[in-house]
This record gives sequence, C-alpha cells and structure tokens, in this order.
Amino acid sequence: MAQLLLEILSEEIPARMQARAEGDLARLLGEALEQAGLQWDSLETFAGPRRLTAVVEGLPEATEAVREERKGPRQGAPDKAIEGFLRSAGLDSLEQCETRDDGKGPYYVAVIGRPGRKTADVIAEAVPAIARGFPWPKSMKFGEGARAQRWVRPLRRILCLFGGAVVPAEVFGIKAGNETEGHRVHGPGPFVVKDFADYEKTLREKGHVILRAGERKRIILEQARAVCSNAGLELLEDEGLLAELAGLAEWPVALLGDMAAEFLDLPPEAVRLSMKTHQKYFAVRDPETGALAPKFVVIANQVAPDGGEAIAAGNARVLSARLNDARYFWDNDRATGLSAMAEKLSAVTFHNDLGSMADKTARVAALARELAPAVGADPELAERAAKLAKADLVSEMVYEFPELQGVMGRYLHRHSHGLYVASVGPSAFTHDASIGVQGSEAKQAIAVADAIRDHYKPQGLGDAVPTAPVSAAVALADKLDTLVGFWAIDEKPTGSKDPFALRRAALGVIRISHATNVQVSLGDTISAWFDDVGVEGVIERSGTEHAIQKAWPYMDVKFGDEYHRTTLGEFTRKPPKTSDRDETIRWHDECRELLISRIRNDLLSFFADRLKVHLRDEGIRHDVIDAVFALGDDDLVRVTAKSRALQAFLDTEDGAALLAGYRRAANILKIEEKKDGASYDAEPEAAYLKAPPQAEEKALIAALAQAVPAARKAVQAEDFAAAMAALAALRAPVDAFFDSVTVNADDAKLRANRLRLLSRIRAAAAAVADFGRIEG
Amino acid sequence: MAAKAGKPLSFQDLILTLQHYWGDQGCAILQPYDVEVGAGTLHPATTLRSLGARPWRAAYVQPSRRPGDGRYGENPNRLQHYYQFQVILKPSPADLQELYLGSLDAIGVDRALHDVRFVEDDWENPTVGAWGLGWEVWCDGMEVSQYTYFQQVGGLDVALVSGELTYGLERLAMYVQGVDNVYDLDFNGAGLSYGEVFLENERQFSAFNFEHADVETLIEGFKAAERQCQALLALSPPLPLPAYDFCLKASHLFNLVDARGAISVAERAGWIARVRDLARGCAEAWVAAEDAR
Repeated sequence: MAQLLLEILSEEIPARMQARAEGDLARLLGEALEQAGLQWDSLETFAGPRRLTAVVEGLPEATEAVREERKGPRQGAPDKAIEGFLRSAGLDSLEQCETRDDGKGPYYVAVIGRPGRKTADVIAEAVPAIARGFPWPKSMKFGEGARAQRWVRPLRRILCLFGGAVVPAEVFGIKAGNETEGHRVHGPGPFVVKDFADYEKTLREKGHVILRAGERKRIILEQARAVCSNAGLELLEDEGLLAELAGLAEWPVALLGDMAAEFLDLPPEAVRLSMKTHQKYFAVRDPETGALAPKFVVIANQVAPDGGEAIAAGNARVLSARLNDARYFWDNDRATGLSAMAEKLSAVTFHNDLGSMADKTARVAALARELAPAVGADPELAERAAKLAKADLVSEMVYEFPELQGVMGRYLHRHSHGLYVASVGPSAFTHDASIGVQGSEAKQAIAVADAIRDHYKPQGLGDAVPTAPVSAAVALADKLDTLVGFWAIDEKPTGSKDPFALRRAALGVIRISHATNVQVSLGDTISAWFDDVGVEGVIERSGTEHAIQKAWPYMDVKFGDEYHRTTLGEFTRKPPKTSDRDETIRWHDECRELLISRIRNDLLSFFADRLKVHLRDEGIRHDVIDAVFALGDDDLVRVTAKSRALQAFLDTEDGAALLAGYRRAANILKIEEKKDGASYDAEPEAAYLKAPPQAEEKALIAALAQAVPAARKAVQAEDFAAAMAALAALRAPVDAFFDSVTVNADDAKLRANRLRLLSRIRAAAAAVADFGRIEG
Repeated sequence: MAAKAGKPLSFQDLILTLQHYWGDQGCAILQPYDVEVGAGTLHPATTLRSLGARPWRAAYVQPSRRPGDGRYGENPNRLQHYYQFQVILKPSPADLQELYLGSLDAIGVDRALHDVRFVEDDWENPTVGAWGLGWEVWCDGMEVSQYTYFQQVGGLDVALVSGELTYGLERLAMYVQGVDNVYDLDFNGAGLSYGEVFLENERQFSAFNFEHADVETLIEGFKAAERQCQALLALSPPLPLPAYDFCLKASHLFNLVDARGAISVAERAGWIARVRDLARGCAEAWVAAEDAR
C-alpha cells in the first residue's frame, strides 16, 4: 500500500474559491481513482492562497487484472452481427474468440483480459485530466502553444509523488516533480519533499506556510482575540471574514492597529463595514460600553522584524483614508436629509410593472396606516415611518454600502431630531435615557427611526423579528405590498427560483404576526391593496399594460366615451351588449372582483404553504393546517392557534377515535347520498330527535346538542383547547352509536333520520376544521 | 536609480525608477497619450496593442481624468486628475509576479517589513469591452497596483495573454514617502510639493466638472466624435488609430456629462453601449489591419 501526494501550485487563488476547490479536488480525484478500480484508506484535500493539495493513503501499487467474458452470436450468424460483436469487444477477428456449445449449437465467446495497471500510470493520466476539467467558477487562459493552460490564475508547479517516487505526470506542459515552494518572504524554496508528513512539516518549518485552512483559522482567531484582550478590548468576531482571511494568508499574524478616535462619531455600522469589506479588518469594541474602540485587527501574512509596527501603521493610514470617504458621504447625507431623499424615490425603480420606489412607498404608507391599530401602533406614526422607510436608498452611504439600507435611514432620522448617537446596542438605550428622552416627540422620532431600520426584518431565520408596534406595522405593510404586487403581475416563485425573495417575505409576515399576535384578515388586507391601487392602478403606475395583461388577460369595453377595462377568460361570463350602461359597469365590477378573488385565493394558499413549512418543526402536520384553512379563516394567528390545538387533540386517544368516528360517518353518508342521489344535510325530524328507538341514539343526540354550541362558542372566544374538549365529549357516544345502531334500517324513514344524525356529526367537526382534509 | 536607504524617492524619481526598471525588462518607454482618458489602459499602446498576435512590451505614465472624483482639492486622497504608471508585457512572461515584486524592491519597498498581498480583483472595463483576471496588489492594506491578465479587449478574445500592471503613482508615492495628504508629496526632492504643482488644477477643474461644463456643448461634442469615429471606421480600408482617438474623446465627454449629473440611471447603459460599440469597431479594424500587415 502506498501514498499519493499531489500539489498544484499557482499564483494567488481567490479566497472565496478555495473551500469549494478543496471539495472539487477530492471529488474529481476520488472519481478518477475509483474509475480505474482503485481503492484507498483515506483521501484528504487542502486549499490555501497558492496551492491545492491532495493526499491519498493506502493505494495499491497496481490495479487488479480483470478477466471478462462476453457472449457473442452463434456460428453462422449474419456477418453484420459478427462484425458488431467484434467491434464492441475490441477484437479484430473471430480467431481471437473461443467457441462454446450450450447444446443449441456453437456460439462465440470473447474473453477479454485486462492486465492490472500500475497505479502511478493511472495517476499520471488522471492528474492532467483533473486539471483540464477543474470547475473553477471563473478561469483564465495563459501561456501559448504546448504550455497553453486554463486555470484560476497561472499554474506554476506540480508536485506528484506516489510511494515516494515522482509520478511522470504532465499538466499544461509542466512536468510533475518532487519540489514545493514556501512563503514568498520567509522561505520561498523550492524544497524537495519525500512524503506527505515531510511535505506538511517542510512547509511549516522551512516554508512558513500553514497547510490546513482550519489551522489558519484557529491561529487567526486565537491571535486576534489575544491582541485585543492584551489591550483590555474585545474582538468583534465575524465568521465570514475569518474564512476569507484564512484564504489570504499562508502565515497569518494578527496585529492591533490604531484608528483615529475622531471617526468614532461616524455610524458604527459604517465603520465596521468599511473595515470589513474594504480592508478585511476585524472591528474591536470596548467590553464595558459595547461601543466600538478606536482600534482594528489586521491579519498580516508575515512576521516583520519590527514586530509589525510598520504594517499596522500603514494599514491605519489606509483606514483613515477610507473613513474620510465615509465621513464625506455621511456629511453629505446629513446635509441632504431624509425627507429630501424621500422625494427622489420617484427616480428609483422598484419594478418595471409596479412603479417606482415612491409608488411603493405610497402604497406601504397607506397599508401601514391601516394595519397600525392591529399591532397597537399610532397610525400617524406608522404612516410617517413608512414614508421615510426607503428614503436612504438614495443616500451616498447606502450607494457605497448597500448592506446599510435602513440602518442609515435610522441614523439620519435620529439626526434630524437631534437624537443622533454613534452607538449601537445597549449603549444606545443608555444614551437615550441619559439625554433624557422624555418628550413624546423624541420618543416618536425614536420609534420611527427604529421602524426605518427594522422594517426590512426578519431577513433570515436567525434575524430578529420586529415587535415594536410602529416597526411591526411598517414591516408587515412592506412585505404584504411586495407580495400582493408581485402576485398581481404574476411574478410568483417557481421551484428553486424566487428572485424577489417572496417566500422570505411571506415567512416574515407569519413570524411578525406570531411575535406580535397581530390579528388581521389577510384576505381583507389583500382586497384593501386593490382598493387603494386597483388592477387599473398597477397598469397605470407601471405605464405599461403588459404586466397584468400577460398575467390576467383583460379587454377594454367601450361605453359611450368611457373605457371599462376588464378581465377576460374562463372565469367571466360573456360581456353584455354595450348599449346597456349599467349592465356594463356591473359586469366590469364583477370581473374585477373575480380577478381579485383569484389572486387573493392563490396568495392565501401560498401563505398556507409557508405556514406549513414554518410549523413543521413543531410537529404540526400539513394536512392539519389545510383542515383549518379550509374553513376560510385567513388570520394567521388564529389559524396557527387552531392548528396547534387541533394537532394536540388528534394526538390524544379521544381525538384519534373521534376522527375515526367522523370518517365512518362521512363515508357512510357519501355512499348513501350517492346511492340515493339525495342530501342528508337537514336536521332529523323532531319526532325522531325526541324519541329515537335506541338509547345510543338518544345519547348521541344529547351529546351533539351540548357539544356543537359549546364548540362554536369556544371557537368564537378563540379558546381552541376548549373547542377540542367539547368535541372530545362526542367520542364515547359516537363510538357507542356505531357499535350498536344499524344506520341502514329497513324502515326508510328511520334510515333517513339516522343518516341525518350522521350528518350532524360531520357538521359538529366542521365547527373547528374540515376533518375531511386530514390524511392517514 | 534604486532607492537609497533612508531617503524615500520623490514623485518624479519614483517615475524615473519605474521607467528604468521596466526599460531593463525590454519595455519601450513611451510618453503619455495626448487625448484625455479615464485610465492608463485606454492608451492605444495597451488597448490596441494587446490585440493581434504580435509580441509587445511597453511602459508609460498616463494622466487619468475622472471628472466625478474631483473634491475641489479638499480631500487628501481623491483627485479628478492623477497619474498611472502602466506596463504591458505581451505575452506575459511566466515570472511576471516576481518581476512586479522586483519593481517594488526597486522603489524601496522593504518586503520584510511590509506586507505585500495579491487580493482577488477581476478587472473589467465595460466601455471598451475588456476584462481580465488578476488582483489588486495591497501593500500594508493600501492598493498600490492593479495586476491583470487580459482575456478580452474590445469585445475580442486576445490571441496572446498580456500581463498588465497599473501603478497608482500618487498612492504609491504617498506610501513610499509616508505622507497622509497627496498635496504634501515631495515632487522633485528639491522642495517642490505636489500641491504646488496641482492643487489649483484640482480646484478649477472640480468647479468646471461639477458646475460649469456646458452639458449641451458636451453632448454635441460627443455626437460629433461619435460621427467622426464611425466615418473613419467606415472607410475602406478603415483608419482605426485616428478612429480610436475619437472613441476616447467620446468616452471622456461622456464622463464629463455624467459628472454633471445629467445622465439618468436608465440612460447610462445606453451611453456606455455607444462608446463600447465605437471601441469594438476600432479593435476589430485594428486586428484586421494587424493580421493583414
């Protein structure tokens, strides 16, 4: 058994591509070895700023010889068949075949023997093939003629050892050898290595290169924490930045640099982003106050003789220049002000078919106002916040750092009320308290400012859900406007495609509704959107007619001098004669309603789907949610509470048994109603109810008389556990009824009454949910 | 002309040192092109010469005009007119990275003390339909050069991959001299500062670029340059070199109109596409002439 060591050395590989390259190399090498019939004990790959490395342990010296027999045609078969057989077996003539007889006549057999191949030869073939087909996200051509290559950056050297010997592989005209290179400054090499252990050790000790990305990460984090704690400060950790830095340094060294304290009055998020995206520095904070400290951590790629002083000082100068830019943007933005920015939103497109950001802002403001009471927000404030929520999109700071949308708007709004403080987190609250934010005007300004920042939330699963009333109102309105708008123009998510993040928006609505217990009818909200904007509004705002037309075909009907735009299609009746004005208008309204209800139902079922995904982890089954939605309730909080109660009920023995009873009743009814071509929905006759023949019937009648109003009352009071308990009381009488009562009695009248009694069971369940939707 | 220990290079010595260094690598040391351009790459010695199958090595200083970057001389790092030192090696030698690092040594960057890094940056210039892969070169976190392996120019795949190096001369000099404000740079080693040479230019041109450039005149100029370029390309045989001059003029006039804030976001792409069409026409005509030569 022997070891394969492969290193592909190149000029600097983009940090963001390294982790994937590690995986791709492992996959491609594994596939190539496996295809040759080789097995191994372990295969590991490593990526760094200038190299991709693979080590495979426990490979045999050669592949095993293979003997394969292939049955051919019979003797005397047509020439065509024999030719085809020879070709497929890779043989020249029948003389190379054996002849056998299975009792039905002689036939040819090709015996193909493949001798074992030297593993080194397999590797020599595999390496250039892997290099040629390597799936870099972006690659470049380099070199000419026999040395023409395509790699992520120019490929410089190949090291390839099998069992300690150089493999005669050649990649892009570069012959493999037994040498590697180290750090450009500390130990360029080249160094001869004999196996993997020697390779890793040589790189570390002579080359000053840490091979493993994980180790580089660990070193960066440990050192960065240490330089901070030595200065009594705390590192602001950042997983993404850490991974990137591990791809930028072969010999990482953390240094603490100084930032001019004057920049601490800039919005801290801007300072942090400038450090991270432009300079790849960690920010540092004061553990006492939580505020940014005038320091940063830079990860150098070398140990400098002056202890890194010059490197830290150079980096500090660059940061000052960057922050000077940030200050320039911030000063300009403050001078412009958020209200003036809001006026420029008409020049920013939200979506071609849904108008500008100013159009969106107007819709969101109207909707936020309407939703405000439900979340306990002042409608005035919700509207004000919504009108300013998108304004910072035209600020210079957000142009530079798109990630700061909302964040900058918050600061700008606070600034315009004399409430700006360059701080985040707990210290901001301390600040608000210490400067005595007592006046209601200041409190309102703070609430509006927070809503401007938080209305984008929640972005991901880990993101906080806005619960402050004004924030929640604007966040809901923004998301609902987006959803209804895109539904109106038929831009819905399909499969894995969701370019407008509509699934996330719907989940956001669900999470905010849950967190704030906001009880609104989604359907009414959707209708309100159309009352404000209208189908016609979407068409007018977008200035193009194709959006809705392509989604929901419509036509113009001329009546006198007026046009009535309306929908066509399978869901409308034929247009009336245009001479009847009132009838035309009625028809138009009817079509409009049909269109809106279609969009509404479609969007509601999308919400139901999102809710199913969201509640799945809680153990609430999708069909339970369907059963609840089927009753037409579109209040997410109520639907969720009902679904939880129903799932809990079904998980009990009573619940399961009642469901079985319900199904038995529903099945019998279905069969009998079909047979008779009649419905048994009506109440049983009074005489029967008063004196049914059997005690079990009597008990069931009594139980239904109690349970149904009790369940309805509980549902009304939104006490769903009580509603389920009321239904649970039906279990015993239902079971007893089926045990001893024959529904299909010979007496037709009695049979009809019993069937009607069964339909009462079905109706009782419907007080809570459509049990017919529950599966399994 | 290598840096002497202790005394950093003046701005002009930095240029002279780089010229000597790259001259020694077989580069023709050219002079700046006499048409306003936004980047040293646009000098025909790079844009056009990077196309075709003929080897080529050149280096030159090129003033770059970025009307929108002016700050009236008030920002210590931003200028509407600054210098780039441009090197093109076609085809790129295999050891271009080492040659580049050698040039840093030559201008006095001590790489034991200073952290030089190659950080991914894929270069793209949509107005001339060019792109390549490479890096920003960072020295202690400061971007001192752009390093690119050309893949496409004028919308055409290159026949030979050039290595292109762009040194931001002011930044590099600020770095070498340890100066925080560009106007404080030592220009000639004899008491003249960069500000004494250029501060007034920045003030006047910022005012021109942002306030006084006449948009109508500029747009007329753009259209005239476009017409002239197209006419030269329509000749048989075409005249790609003078045509390219007018393409550059159109590009600069577009930048001026843009700095005046007279171009909406929606229109912008259309303007860029017009310049790109001119550049592509020039590139195609140049390659055709090269191949025929």
